[in-house]
Order: sequence, then C-alpha cells, then structure tokens
Amino acid sequence: MTETESNPDQRPTDLARACELIAFRMGTREFCVDIMSVREIRGWTKATALPKSPSFVRGVVNLRGTVLPIVDLSARLGFPAAEPTARHVIIVAQIGAQTIGLLVDAVSDILTVTDDLVHPTPDVASDMAKTFVRGVLAVDQRMISLIALDQVLPVCEQDAA
Amino acid sequence: MDAMAAIKQTFFQECEEQLGELEIGLLVLQDGDTDPETVNAVFRAVHSIKGGAGAFNLDELVHFAHVFENVLDHLRAGRLAASGDVLKTMLRAADMLADLVRAARDGTAADTGRRDTLAAELRALDPEATGKDLDSGHQDSHGDDLDGPVFEAVPISFDDMEIESTPDEHQFIIHFTPKPDLYAKANETALLMRELCCLGEAVITCDFSRLPVLEELDPEGSYLSWTIELRTVQDENAVRAVFEFVEWDCELDVAQVDAAQGFDDTALEALIEKMQATVEAELAAPEVPPNDVQASMDEPLANQAGGAGQVLGNPPGGKPDAGKSSQATIRVDLDRVDRLINLVGELVINQAMLTQRMLEAGLARASGVATGLDELEQLTREIQDSVMAIRAQPVKSVFQRMPRLVREVAVMTGKSVRLTTAGENTEVDKTVIERLADPLTHMIRNAIDHGLETPELRAAAGKPEEGLVHLSALHRSGRIVIEVADDGAGIDRPRVKAIAAEKGLIAAEAPLSDEEIDNLIFLPGFSTASTVSDISGRGVGMDVVRRSIQALGGRISIRSKPRQGSTFTMSLPLTLAVLDGMVVTVAGETLVVPLTAIIETLQPKADAVHGFAGNSRVIAIRDQFIPLIDVGHELDYRSGFADPCKSVALFVESEGHVRSALLVDAILGQRQVVIKSLETNYQHVPGIAAATILGDGRVALILDVDAVVAGSRVAATGFEQLCAAAG
Repeated sequence: MTETESNPDQRPTDLARACELIAFRMGTREFCVDIMSVREIRGWTKATALPKSPSFVRGVVNLRGTVLPIVDLSARLGFPAAEPTARHVIIVAQIGAQTIGLLVDAVSDILTVTDDLVHPTPDVASDMAKTFVRGVLAVDQRMISLIALDQVLPVCEQDAA
Repeated sequence: MDAMAAIKQTFFQECEEQLGELEIGLLVLQDGDTDPETVNAVFRAVHSIKGGAGAFNLDELVHFAHVFENVLDHLRAGRLAASGDVLKTMLRAADMLADLVRAARDGTAADTGRRDTLAAELRALDPEATGKDLDSGHQDSHGDDLDGPVFEAVPISFDDMEIESTPDEHQFIIHFTPKPDLYAKANETALLMRELCCLGEAVITCDFSRLPVLEELDPEGSYLSWTIELRTVQDENAVRAVFEFVEWDCELDVAQVDAAQGFDDTALEALIEKMQATVEAELAAPEVPPNDVQASMDEPLANQAGGAGQVLGNPPGGKPDAGKSSQATIRVDLDRVDRLINLVGELVINQAMLTQRMLEAGLARASGVATGLDELEQLTREIQDSVMAIRAQPVKSVFQRMPRLVREVAVMTGKSVRLTTAGENTEVDKTVIERLADPLTHMIRNAIDHGLETPELRAAAGKPEEGLVHLSALHRSGRIVIEVADDGAGIDRPRVKAIAAEKGLIAAEAPLSDEEIDNLIFLPGFSTASTVSDISGRGVGMDVVRRSIQALGGRISIRSKPRQGSTFTMSLPLTLAVLDGMVVTVAGETLVVPLTAIIETLQPKADAVHGFAGNSRVIAIRDQFIPLIDVGHELDYRSGFADPCKSVALFVESEGHVRSALLVDAILGQRQVVIKSLETNYQHVPGIAAATILGDGRVALILDVDAVVAGSRVAATGFEQLCAAAG
C-alpha cells in the first residue's frame, strides 16, 4: 500500500490556480482525478460481491475497518470490465461524505497543471463522456481525461432494479 | 466554551428532564391519580426550572414559571381541585414553558402573545386571585429594573420556610476575625464558611474596613473579618466545632439570638430563596419532600458537616446521602462513548482474527493459548455488553414528546384524541432512539390525521367521540417492536387502490390482496390527502417513514381492519453496533444470518422437499409445509437452484410470525459480529442488512432475513411493483 502525499515543496506557489492531478491507466487510455480527493492508493484485494448491484460495482473490501465499495471505473465509463490481478490498484477517493475505491490498471503520474491547460470535453455524442469527463489535458501528446468523481456511484438506482 | 456557557448548557439539559417529569406528572394527574407525591414532583420540576432560570437572568422564563408555580402550589395545598379543565390548562402551560426554555436556549423569541394568554389563564385558576395577583403582576412589570436575578417574594417558598422554621431552630450571630497565623497554617476561611452553610442557612457579610491602602498592605497579613447570621437546628457546640481547628488563630464570637427576630428583611429572604432555588436546581431530583425534611432535622447532623462540605449552602437538613444517590450519574459526551464503542468493535474483530490465526497455526484446542483466547473472548463480550448498556436508554425520551404532538395535532384537526402509552421503559440503543423520533412523529400524525375519524363520524359509527391512539414498545426476540395503533376507520382499501392506480403506481385491474393494498401506502409518492396540510399529506409520509426505518435496519408493517382501526408495527434492532450471527456459505460467498431470526437448522432429506407451482418449493417438517427459499438464487449469486440434499436449511421466523426455510450451502459457525453500515459509503442493498468484517479480514454481508423472505414471496406472486416497494 502506498500512501500518496502531496509534497508542499513541489507545489508551484506562483500559480494560484494550479492543481495536482493523479493520472492512471485503464487499458490504453489515460485518465486523471484531482489529487485532493484521493485518500490513498492500495493494491487489489478480492472484493465481496454485493447482490443486486450494478455490474460496475465489484463489491466491498475491508479498508482498516471501513467497508469500502469498489467501482470498476473502466466498466463505469462504458469500457470493458477489468479483470483484476494483483498488479491492479485501488484509488481510495473521497466523494462528498462517502469514501469509495476505484479499480484501475495502474497509477502512472502526478501532474501539476493550471486551469488553462484543461480543455473542455470535445463535443462527442457519448453520454458517458458528458457525465464523467470534466475536461481533457494534452500532456506529451497524450490525451488525459479529467474525471468528475461525483457521478461515479449509482444514484438510488436500486429503486429501478 | 467558557465555564458559564457549559453550566448553562447543563441547565438546559436538566430543564428538558424537568419538563419531561412535569408532563408525565400532569398526565398522571389527568388520569385521576391524586398522589400528593405526583403533585410535589410536578411542583418541583417547575420550581427547579424557575430557580435555574433565575441564576441565568432568564427573566421571561422566571416570570412564567413563577405564575405557573403559584397555581401548582394551590393544587399542592388542596386549595385547587385537579379537574380536567385545570389540568388541560396546565398541560398547555407546560408546553409553553418548554417553548420558553427552548427559546431561551436557542436565543430565539418566544410567542409572547400565547405566553401572556396562558399566564392570564393560569392566574384565573388562582383561587386566591385578585389583590395578591395584581400585586405580583405589578412586581413583574418592574422586576426588570433590578440588577441581577429577579426573585420576587414567592408565596410557595415561604411555605417551605415556614415548615423549616421550627421552635428547635436557633439563630446565631457569629463574628469571626482570623489572625495571620490562621492563613500561615494553610487554613482557608472560605471552607469554614461553607461548613457553616452546611449547618443551615447562613448570611455572610465580610467587613473590609480594616483593609489598608495597597502600599501598607502586608501580603501575609489578615485584614478581613466576617459576620455570619446563621439559622440552624444545631446547637452552639456544633457551630463552634466548625472552628475547632482554628480556634487559637482567630477571634471568634458566637452569640445566640432569638429566632423570632430578624429575617424580615426582604432582601435577605430573596437571597435565601435564590440559594435554595439554585441548590434545588442543582440537585435536580430532590428526594426529600418537606415532611421528610422535618423528620431528618431531628437526626444528629454532626457527621454531615464534613461530608457535605463541597456543596455550598446545602438546604437545611437535606441529607447529603440522598443528594449523592440522585447524583450517581455523570454526563458524558456522546462522542466519547461512540469512540469507545468503535474501539470495542475493533477489539471484537481483532479477537476473531486471533482465534482464526490460532486455528490456522494448528494449535490444539486445549493448549494454554486457546484457553487464554477463550477467556479473552468472554472478557471482550462482557466489555461489549457493558459499553452497550451505557448507550441503552428507555424509549421514554421519545415517547415523552408525543403527548404534546397529539394535543397539537388534535387541535389542528378538530379531533378529540387520547394517547395511551405502554412499555416506555423498554431500553434501546441511543442512536436508535434519536433516529426514532422523526418516523414516530410522522406515524402519530398520520394516525390522528388519516386514521381517526371526526367526532361526528365517530358518534355516527357508535364509537366514543374521543379517538384512541396507543403507542407501545416491547422487546421481542432481540429486537424492539414499537406499535402505533388507532381505533379509527382503518384503511379505505377501495380508495387506496383507486389512488394508486390513478397515480400509475399499479395497474388498475391488478388483483391485490388486502395486505398488498394496505402496503401500497408505503409506495413513494402515494398520498390520500387531497389537500396538503401542515400535519400530513405531503405525499412523502409513509414512504419516508419506511426509508428511515429501513436505514436503521428495521421494518415497518401495517395491519388494518375496516371500521376498527390500523396498527403500524415497527421492528428495530436493539443496537446498531453488534449482533450474534451464524456464518454460512452460499455459492462461494460468506454470509452472516442474524441468530435471533433462526429457530433451528437441519439437513433436508430428498423426500421432504416438494415442488410447488412454478419454481417455488416447500419443505415438510413435523407435518407442516414451509416455503423453501434458496438464498443463493434469491440474491442472484446463481441462476439455478441448489440441491436441497447437499444444503442446509435454516428455519427462520420473520415479521408477522411467518416461518420459512432458508437454503444455504454450509454452516461455518457462530460468531458475534460488528455491524458495519453499507449506507455509509454506498447505499442500501436489497436483501442485505449490513456488512461485517470476519476474522480473516474480509468483508461478509449480513442477510436481511425478512427482506429475503418478503422478496421471495413477492417474486412468487409476480407482483413486481410491490417488490420495489418492499425493498
């Protein structure tokens, strides 16, 4: 388990609107989330399945006494579901009052960016893109999508189920 | 928070308790009880609030309490009969007093119009009305000019004092001038004064006249002297005994004066009154009625002087022991208790892990380590029970709020309602109690607003005009069951069905049983009220109630008989922290089944299982056919059905005494588990009550037996809509 700590020395103080992002991979695609919402990153452990739950909810794991739901971010974004191995990681993120785990392939980078580097989401037809992608970044010719975490958990979908 | 604010907070907490006592007392009186002790309790409650309020300069509160107290005193003295009308006014006055307390606490403005009306109504009850009351009203209006707490001459407390001034009482004038040696020997004059106060009522004046200017002041010198006027039942020797250890280091003059003189000074009386009221407010539950005070006065009090030294101005003759026993409780910040509970929860998990590791290490059951672990387990359990007991509280605190609600809703709806309660001493975890208030309020409102008919309709139906709402609590198989019953018209089934169909909640021609129709009222967006009223009928009612009960791991059901009334039954876990469970496996998953639900377990034989219509199966046990529920199938762990002969059947009894058999793959053992909410980080999962962490560190789900049983029954009838409703 690796605790992520934002090192204050590396934070550029001259850029007031600079923020740090954690970039991670799922398949060939790259995504990132705001580092402030990330609590820790840990290795994959087998989750206890939850019955009658959406397919992207892998189940729950024990995080030092807390029951942590695990969301397969790949499946949540409409990509093929992950087949987790010991090398997969869980990004423990804080969304409002809730703490959830995001299953991703690997964490790749910590990016320090300013707001003007984040481009608006390209106008594509995908609902997924509109719901979850807040913007895109171009870093070394790679496209990294900034994920808005607040939509990741299903909202009272159990009523419809 | 500064010290004063903390004391004030305690005062308001105690006020709530006193208000509860007050209401209970008045309700008991209303039921025709004429026990003088009840009247005393009611009186004490108001008196304590007044006393405390005076100490905090809450004039508004003091004035109202004062008027209230006057009338109660007449009731206590028998000058006023406890008739129904009198008590109704008093109950409303109690509500007003509660409002004033809350207004003072929250710093908001109270309804002064209502206060004045009620104060006038109370004054009108006073049999010795007119002159004196006008007088006291006069004082009220000018009271605010005075500095400090306003304490008018309260007739009541004079009565108390008349009782206290017996022929045995002596009055002493004590002149006390310490020498520097007294201080040099580490004596403290304040402590001596306190001791004196323990003997009786003391009025202490300090003489500063010998105090020199600062340059001439010797820091180790002694310049002060005191004059103490003491009223006590003790003799001179007892008074001198207080100064026994400083006798040689002071000038002491103890003179006995005639008890008849003195104390005509109203300021003095006000001071005594203030002291008395403060002490009473402090003791909160004064166990010593005036008659007992009389009796205890004759007892030798010599040994009390030392013991009660820390309480300034003990009431004369008040037994320190009585004070101690009523104060054998402490107020603890709830966060601390919660922290303890969480830690004990972790301890239980840890202990389970240790046991598991020990088994994995292949240590023998009889080894020293194993015995030690067994003992640890017992200790853990005891600690857990003790901690839970700290949190357990009688449901009384919630039930107490309901009479007022009933009165208010009754007035608003123009219905005549009588509330009866039972089992208010049933204990349940504090968190459950806290979260019980809202749903219960809603249910009672509904019972009055929708359940009970108007007096005219009731008369026409041959029922007494006064409707009955019964609120009860009891423990049943490890859960607390709370019922709200009314004797109203019952659920108007054709109307409920029509409305549900109209709102598109069900198909119009859906064939529904009576029970299913009754349960329609729990559907989101269902409301029979045609207008939105203040009371109920926002269309969120029972749906919200059901959700909040479910969030507590509870269930709600309804039984209704046309023209006879409806009964809502809530069943809730006693604690939200731990449960005894049976650990089972189903389709490779580990589940915990609450032990309280399980009656027995057995290995089904092939010839005992019978297929039924569709996929449903029943199992025969002792000449009874019981529905067999495949848990794995029910929770979608597998699409097919398990072979009953290779499984274990758990016989469970769910809500409404419904018996079913749950089919699981194997039983792993029995264990106490710590309940971890799924809702904290996720949301409610149908069929699952909560999660827990097992000895191997993995999360296991706790089965919601009733929901699984209900779900299977609904699935069998194919009524999908109700499935969503039943969760």
